[in-house]
Amino acid sequence: MKCTYSCQSDAHVMARRQFLGTLTGGVVVGGLGALTSPAAAAELKRKDMRVMVIYMSGGVSQLETWDPKPKTDTGGPFRAIPTSVPGTHICELLPLTAQHMDKLALVRSIDTKNGDHGKGNYQMTYGRNQMPGVEYPHLGAVCAKGLERPDNPLPGHIRVGGGSRGSDAAYLGPKYASVGVNGKPPANSARATNLAAETDALRNKFRRKANDHFLKERRTAKTDIYTQSYEQALQLMERRDVFDVSKEPAKEHEKYGKHQLGNQCLMARRLLENNIPFVQVSHSNYDTHNENFNFHFEQLGEFDQAYAALIGDLHERGMLETTLVVVMSEFGRTPRINKYYGRDHWGTAWSVCLGGAKVKPGAVVGKTNANGTKVIEREVDHGDLFHTYLSAVGLDSRGTFDIGGRAQLLADPAAVGISELIM
Amino acid sequence: MKLETNKTHILHQWKHGRPMIACCFDPTGQYLVSSSEDFSLQRWDLKDGKKIAWPAHDSWIKDIAFLPDGETVISAGCDDRLIFWPTAAEKPTPIREVVAHKGWIRSIDVKPDGSLIATGGNDKVVKIWDPNGKLVRQFVGHERDVYSVFFHPKENVLLSGDLDGKVHQWNVADGKLLRTFDAKELHTYNGGQQVHYGGVRDIALSPDGKTIACIGLHKATNPLGAVNEPIVVLFNWEDGKKLRAQPGAGIKAIGWQVEFLADGTEVAACGGSGGGYLLFFKTAEDKPYHTLKLPDTARDMSMHPNGLQVATAHHDGHIRISQMTEKVPAPKADTAKKK
Repeated sequence: MKCTYSCQSDAHVMARRQFLGTLTGGVVVGGLGALTSPAAAAELKRKDMRVMVIYMSGGVSQLETWDPKPKTDTGGPFRAIPTSVPGTHICELLPLTAQHMDKLALVRSIDTKNGDHGKGNYQMTYGRNQMPGVEYPHLGAVCAKGLERPDNPLPGHIRVGGGSRGSDAAYLGPKYASVGVNGKPPANSARATNLAAETDALRNKFRRKANDHFLKERRTAKTDIYTQSYEQALQLMERRDVFDVSKEPAKEHEKYGKHQLGNQCLMARRLLENNIPFVQVSHSNYDTHNENFNFHFEQLGEFDQAYAALIGDLHERGMLETTLVVVMSEFGRTPRINKYYGRDHWGTAWSVCLGGAKVKPGAVVGKTNANGTKVIEREVDHGDLFHTYLSAVGLDSRGTFDIGGRAQLLADPAAVGISELIM
Repeated sequence: MKLETNKTHILHQWKHGRPMIACCFDPTGQYLVSSSEDFSLQRWDLKDGKKIAWPAHDSWIKDIAFLPDGETVISAGCDDRLIFWPTAAEKPTPIREVVAHKGWIRSIDVKPDGSLIATGGNDKVVKIWDPNGKLVRQFVGHERDVYSVFFHPKENVLLSGDLDGKVHQWNVADGKLLRTFDAKELHTYNGGQQVHYGGVRDIALSPDGKTIACIGLHKATNPLGAVNEPIVVLFNWEDGKKLRAQPGAGIKAIGWQVEFLADGTEVAACGGSGGGYLLFFKTAEDKPYHTLKLPDTARDMSMHPNGLQVATAHHDGHIRISQMTEKVPAPKADTAKKK
C-alpha cells in the first residue's frame, strides 16, 4: 500500500526502496533455531497466542484518541467521552471503541524522544533505536518465530495491505519475514488450469526425487531453505482461500466498514482465525500538519468502526484472550496547535492502546500533565513496550533464540516490560 | 467614502492573545463578535476597540451570526450546540441553548428577514430553526460534512455546500432538493494519503442576484502538509452553469470566505502556509486584480454592513479590520500644544 506522508521525509523513500528490493527475494523459506525453553514452547502452542498490530501511519494524535485534554490550550475542539471503564475517558471521535475499553488498556506515558517517521517506525516495530550496520528482527518476525505453529503451513508474519516479502527478520531468517497480502489469494498460488492434478503430483514427485539425489552429496543450509520454501508454497496453495476476504459474508463487510481499513481488519480477523501468529494492518494517514481535526474526524471514523468490530468479534469468539491487539504509531502529535489547525510530530508524551492476551483489561498506565506536554507518571519508551507485547503473549522477553548455536535476545536488554499491565 | 479596493489597508488591529477562529459584524455596525481557540467569545466595540470576552462553549466556535436587529448573536459550537446571546449585555449569559447537531456545527446563516436560521455540520444534515430555536425542518442529502449554508436574500431557497464540493439548493418551504451545483474543483481525494480534502468553505451571491460564488481550495498536492491554493468557483444563478474558476494567484492557502462588494466584485480571505491575504476578483476575470498581504494567516472574514470594511480573524490572536477605501490621513499633531 502506498503511504504518502506530508513531510516528505527521506525515511519513507528509503523504506520503499528497501521494500522494492525484497520483491525478488523469493518465497517462504525455513529457518533454524528453537525456543530456549521447550516447556514454554509447549505452553505457547497450547494457548495459540497471536499478535495483531494496527499501525496508524503518520502518527495519530494522542489528544484526539487515548489521552484527550478537553478545554485546555492544547485540547482542540473535540470533547472527551466516558468509556465502559469508570473514570477512563477517551476522545469523542471513538464512541464505538469507548464501549470496549473494559477489554483494552492504555499506556499514556510514552516518551520515545524522537520526531522522525522512519526512526519512530523502527522504534515502535523493532523495539530498539535504529543503528547503522546493526539489524534486529521486526516484532512480527519475533512473534512468528516465538509463536511458531509447526503444523501450520501458512506464513507466520503477515502484512495486510499488499506488497511482497519484507526484509525485516534479520538474523531470524527469511522464513519469518513479512508477507504482504491484499485480501485476495496470493498471485500465482492456484494450479494452472491446463495442468491436471495428477500431472502436477507426478511433477512434484519427480522434483523431490531429484532433490533427494542432490542432497545426498551436496546438502547445505541454503538447499534446506530452498526445499522448505517449495514445500511450504505447495501447502499454502492448498489454503489459498484463507487469503480471500471476499469469502466473508456481506454483513461482515458492512460491520467492519466498506473502506480499506474495514476490509483489512476483516481480513486480519480471518488470518487470526486461521492461527497466524502475527498480522499487521495499517491505516493511512495521520501525519496531519494541516487541518488535524478535520482529518482525524475523517480517519478515526473509519478506525472506530473497524477496530470496535474487530475487538467485539475477537471477544465474542473467545479469541481475545489469546490475541494481543496493539494500536500504535511512529509517534504522537504536538499538543501545540499550529496556524493551519495542524499538529506536528511529537515523541515526548503520547499513547498506545493495547488489549487481549495477558493484558490487564481496563488498565491505564502512566499519565501526562494537564495539557499533555510532558509525562508526569510512569514514563516508558518503545523498548519497554516491545517487552510488554512479548510478555502479553507469554514469551519470555528476556529470553533468547538459538540461532545457529548463538543466543540472540528477543528484545532490548536495556528496556523493561510494563509488568503491572500483564496478568 | 467610496469603495476603492486597490487602496485597501488595515485600519485596526486588535489583540485577543489566543488564536482566533471566527468573526462577524453585527448588522447595526456597533460590534464585532469573534471566537478563539480558548472556547470564548469576544465582543469588540467598533468605536474604540474595547473588548469583552466570556466563556461560551465546551468546544471551539466555528461560526457566528446575528439576528437582523443586532440584539441577539448566535454562536455555533463544535459541541453540538447553538447558543443565543444578548449582544450588548455587560456580561452576556445565554438566552437559550439548542442541541442542534451531532458534533460540529460548521456554519450558520440567518434569513435576511430574521424569520429562519440555517445550520449545517459534520452530521451531514442541514437544519432550519425559527428564531426561538425550534426546529422547523431538516434537509438530508449530503454525503459528506456540510461546510457552509447560505440563505438566498430574495427567494425562499437555501444553499448548502459540503466537503465533496456539492452545493445543494433546497426549497425552504418543503425541504425539496431543487438542484445541485457541482463545484468539484473544491474537492480533492488524495490516494496516497487516503484523505478527502477541501470543501465549499463559503457561499455568496452577487448584488444583482446573477452569480453565486463558492470558495475553497484546489491543487491539493499534499493535503496533510497544507500544500494547496485557494480558489473561487462562480456559477450562473439562472441556469446553474459554471461560469469560471478563479484560482488564488499561486498562494499556498485555503480560501475561507468570499463576499460580493457593492460594485459586483468579490473579496476573498485566505490563509495557510503561504500567509494570509485578501484577494480581489472581478467576476469576468480568472485572476485576482488586486491582493493585500495580511500580517498573519487569516481564518475567517466578515463584511461590515457599510460594505467598506472587512474584519479578519487571525491565528496570531488578532482581529484586523481592513478598510477598502482610500486611507484617510491621520490628523496632524498639534505641535504648539506639545510645546
